Amino acid sequence: MRRVLLLVSMCLFACIAIAQAIDPLPFKDHAQEVRFQNLTRELRCLVCQNENLADSNADLARDLRHEVFNLMQQGKSDEEIKQYLVDRYSDFVLYDPPVQGSTLLLWFGPLVILLAGAAVVVVTVRRRARPANAAMDDRPADEGDDW
Amino acid sequence: MSRLIPFFGFLLLVALFGFGIWWNTQHDQREVPSPLINKPAPAFVLPKLDDPAQTVSRDALLGKPYLINVFASWCVACGEEHPVLMAQGKSIGVPVIGYNYKDDASDAKNWLAQHGNPYNMVIVDREGRTAIDFGVYGAPESFLVDGKGIIRYKRIGPLTPEAIEKELKPAIAALAKESP
Repeated sequence: MRRVLLLVSMCLFACIAIAQAIDPLPFKDHAQEVRFQNLTRELRCLVCQNENLADSNADLARDLRHEVFNLMQQGKSDEEIKQYLVDRYSDFVLYDPPVQGSTLLLWFGPLVILLAGAAVVVVTVRRRARPANAAMDDRPADEGDDW
Repeated sequence: MSRLIPFFGFLLLVALFGFGIWWNTQHDQREVPSPLINKPAPAFVLPKLDDPAQTVSRDALLGKPYLINVFASWCVACGEEHPVLMAQGKSIGVPVIGYNYKDDASDAKNWLAQHGNPYNMVIVDREGRTAIDFGVYGAPESFLVDGKGIIRYKRIGPLTPEAIEKELKPAIAALAKESP
């Protein structure tokens, strides 16, 4: 078992090494590389839509990585680079969509559901607390199927 | 009554789930609406396939509407689309410009020689650089550009006889009405 694990982990490390070797970009310094990695992680690959640009092996993702790299060399800010891609591929490329009319539900829907859930809990707890002594008599013995 | 609340909650979740399934069967999840519709086509200067010394630019094409069809010999769906273009390309009323995307020139020529050439002209984007400006993310894609150089319609994926009839032809007809 241990040998299998070792083999698997070795293969994984080999893959990482290959992945980095395929697409070497001449970064000026480490800070720029980190910035590039962070930026491409926030951008979605359009071909395999559940991957980000940093991870995707798709041909287009490689082209777009190079494009992002070139724009960085031209001194463009992260915002400008994102806008550049949004102009061409719509907000869809952003993993972090902007707050606007069409995304309100996306941004605040979970909060609404959470509040609704909290309200249900509060109401239930209160209702149970009140008739605990008053309505005990006419209720059958606890069958254990309360929720 | 209060014991039924979880049941209704469950029904609500089932309904939501069902809606999700229905929605995804009605819509192509891979389709990304282009932000370029009703915006000027990006400026491009690209060589012709049959004569790379000659280039075609967006500005040279101004004045008359045309359809740009992004294709490549390596693209499987383009092979499905190709017979449709062969059959109907000439009858849609605007010139069809082939946009050879990230392809080898000799492969593209062989492909056209073998399957037929439905295009009035073929331009080449070997590196796919201009295609990024067009927001191309997968061949085949088609762009209807009007006489002022504005993109009026985009189709992602193969043009089918149905799409030509229901989407492309009405879009072309709308253009004809605007500029008699």
